[in-house]
Amino acid sequence: MSEHNISVTVNGTHHELTVEPRTLLVSALREELGYTGANVGCETGRCGACTVRVDGETIKSCTRFAVQSDGAEIETVEGLADDGELSTLQEQFQENHGLQCGYCTPGMLMSADTFLRENEDPSREEIRDAIEGNLCRCTGYHNIVDAIEATADQLGEQR
Amino acid sequence: MSDADASGASDGDGSGAFGAAIERGEDVPLLTGSGEYTDDISLRGTTHLAIRRSDHAHARIESIDTSDAEAMEGVLAVFTGEDVVESGVPNTIPTAWDLPGLVQPQYRMLATDKVRHEGTPVAAVVAETRHAASDALEHIHVEYEELEHVTDPVDAVERDVPPVHDEAEDNVAFDFELGDADATDEAFADADRVASVDLRQPRLIPNAMEPRAALADWEEATGKLRLWMTSQNPHLHRMLLSAGTLGLPENKIQVIAPEVGGGFGSKIYHYPDEAVTAWCSMQLGRPVKWQATRSESYLTDCHGRDHVTTGEIALDDDGTIRGVRVETHAGLGAQLSQFGTATPSYLYATVLSGQYTIPAIHCRVVGAFTNTTPVDAYRGAGRAEGIYVIERLVDVAARELEMDPAELRRRNLVPPDEFPYESAAALVYDSGEYERAMDLALEHVDYEELRERQRELRDEGRYIGIGIGSFIESAGLSPSGLAGDLGAQAGGWESSIVRFDSTGSVTVLAGTADQGQGHRTTYAQVAAEELGVSVDDVTVVEGDTDRIPQGMGTYGSRSASVGGGSIARGAREVREKARRIAAHQLETSVDDIEFDDGEFHVAGAPDRSLHIQTIAHEAYLGHDLPEGMDPGLEETNFYDPENFTYPFGTHVAVVEVEPETGEIEIERYVAVDDCGEIINPMIVEGQVHGGIAQGIGAALYEGAAYDDDGHLRTRRMDEYVVPHATQLPDFETDNTVTPSPHNPIGVKGVGESATIAAAPTIVSAVADALEPFGVDHLDMPITPESVWRATGGDN
Repeated sequence: MSEHNISVTVNGTHHELTVEPRTLLVSALREELGYTGANVGCETGRCGACTVRVDGETIKSCTRFAVQSDGAEIETVEGLADDGELSTLQEQFQENHGLQCGYCTPGMLMSADTFLRENEDPSREEIRDAIEGNLCRCTGYHNIVDAIEATADQLGEQR
Repeated sequence: MSDADASGASDGDGSGAFGAAIERGEDVPLLTGSGEYTDDISLRGTTHLAIRRSDHAHARIESIDTSDAEAMEGVLAVFTGEDVVESGVPNTIPTAWDLPGLVQPQYRMLATDKVRHEGTPVAAVVAETRHAASDALEHIHVEYEELEHVTDPVDAVERDVPPVHDEAEDNVAFDFELGDADATDEAFADADRVASVDLRQPRLIPNAMEPRAALADWEEATGKLRLWMTSQNPHLHRMLLSAGTLGLPENKIQVIAPEVGGGFGSKIYHYPDEAVTAWCSMQLGRPVKWQATRSESYLTDCHGRDHVTTGEIALDDDGTIRGVRVETHAGLGAQLSQFGTATPSYLYATVLSGQYTIPAIHCRVVGAFTNTTPVDAYRGAGRAEGIYVIERLVDVAARELEMDPAELRRRNLVPPDEFPYESAAALVYDSGEYERAMDLALEHVDYEELRERQRELRDEGRYIGIGIGSFIESAGLSPSGLAGDLGAQAGGWESSIVRFDSTGSVTVLAGTADQGQGHRTTYAQVAAEELGVSVDDVTVVEGDTDRIPQGMGTYGSRSASVGGGSIARGAREVREKARRIAAHQLETSVDDIEFDDGEFHVAGAPDRSLHIQTIAHEAYLGHDLPEGMDPGLEETNFYDPENFTYPFGTHVAVVEVEPETGEIEIERYVAVDDCGEIINPMIVEGQVHGGIAQGIGAALYEGAAYDDDGHLRTRRMDEYVVPHATQLPDFETDNTVTPSPHNPIGVKGVGESATIAAAPTIVSAVADALEPFGVDHLDMPITPESVWRATGGDN
């Protein structure tokens, strides 16, 4: 099978790698580059556990081939904390008990983080819409919505 | 642990640790992506396993040709069931619960003669890469002779179909009875009224977000197997692998459960796939990894429920319940999973008394083999099905008697002074204040006013429904002797080690295994409270059979009560040893030593004191210990509970149903739970939230289905609905606290309660909304279509 050399930037670090055309972006991140934060929960793009940001937009990284991301700027959950200090969103997930098993959390955080960049004062309904593509089987979402709402409040106060 | 400090609940010395809403210590790795799940772990030279599964529901294997697959690049080996047999390992996936007359057919790692459900493993490919392994699957050529299949548990035993197993010609695995049939018949004959309901509880698929996975590493030189796997009970897996499947001594198997992404029952079981992973590593002498796809999860993770039931309830005109009679066909699937026999029998029939004083109960359950994925315990397991039946019966009876359903419940509740209450379904309830919890739930929704509003809205052609779900749960599995009498093939105890080290920090090694419940936090709270140290001084270790010698694991809402009970008892032993050292060094008698906030002091002389962490240092120095005392400060505890614990509560849902479109909107969901003493209210609330979500899922969205060919129709996440954020409401939760009198820390457990409560609560609410249409029951999942049909939309 033919292979392709691609380069990507992940959380500010430049990587060059060789992939098969069929290698999914999530597999390249996890298995080739060691960014195991994004998880694989389905193979149909439904669960959102593999959500990352590519060139500023959240995508489900199991729905894209690695070669499609050649040259892209990728952000993953590993890049959310700043020098070991949790982001406000991460802190609020902990404070509001917005995670249990944690498997959906990396994707959930990436979706919420992107959403909050564009929505400073969202309603609970808007928050639920924003995370509709990220499934969580543990929390029933209530505390996740609380955490995102609290993050918006806190970021609002800081502005 | 900033939250505890902020709330003032913990002053850092342990007193007040129990009961504080402390943030979880386990969160940071999970929030930053550094937490390691099984698939995140790789060893040098790891190979990859893919499993060829049957496409047929029922077929005889005529031949398997692996030669093309073996010739493919990167493929190391292709194994069939015959290869496993030839290897001489015991090759059995054992049942862990026996029942009288139980038919126990052979259950092997890879099928050799027949495939009995779609997804049955028939061959295994090991290759250098994941792609190479999965590519090779389609180059294994399997010839089958297709056989007639059956997927419905009633059809399986009542229709003339070929047996799933020759040993059970009529497909009956067991025919189980509980209760007094004659007394029940008599109660029905004497009662004023009888109400009944025919219902189905569909198959549910647990859908833990992390699909199952295993990484096996066999070391030929030492004869040792290391197995990382998605396990709720690594020690149980160790035992079953040892005794039943691989024939290795237990002390040569190390099972490690790293971060586990949810379980809900599905990761209790000893499946063929993980065993095959281990066996392949033993054949090849290289690490082998298997990661299930979601489709494989749907086909192979044990499903839950699958009951077809007729329930009857006998009452007097004043609403006094006289008796309950239940007959159920329970689908077991194609093989007996570990607790697949216990779940629809003892875990089900024993809760049919619910919260009520019912003098006579009889239940018969026919456990049926079907050509489907095995069925076993899924969150709520048995108790969910049983409470669903009694709660539906009470609602239907209220309709029959034209009585308010809250009032009918209230008249029959077991009163607080009747505890311990021995039910007619063979349980002894430990403690309960059922009316208090029910009143609180009804107060939250302002029940009387809500009924008034319901009447007014009906006049406007709008249909709101008020659903009530009152439940008990037999949790804290289980007293070993009792479980043994009922057929359990394993103990119900839990084990832990509580250890001070010489610098005063504490390690708790616990035999349970977390999949998101927060044990590392709650167990630290339990130990800190008993030892008078800070929660931050306690480290909890779980999920590794080489580090934690013994354990039974996490299922049946047992971790807080049985695991926590063990830790508390071990910590108390540690404290008492420390007390003896303190008495010795303070030159007084043990009886004169008081313990307060980590400090041992002489009664009446508070300045003569030693802190427990100082004593820990002394215990390891060993210079000045009481005569005859061994050094060190740790305790290994085995705690065998004397009874189950009985969480309870009442949930209330308010829904609005739109008959024209069939749409159901949940306006409010109120949960009042009593799980006994609360170790961490934040975590309890989280468990309740998640439980409600799965109960609502069952009531409105979920349900696995097989097509006419015996193929699973719901095999992808776009076919089986796992509720998403816009499908669930905000939840309102509250608690009452009725301590369990026999548990060392008064807890009852909360892992499954809300799932048990939520499904009947929602169904009750929808049926209540549709009362004007004469609808008294709708089967789960209640879809817009079923509402539309029930309200005459298709006429």
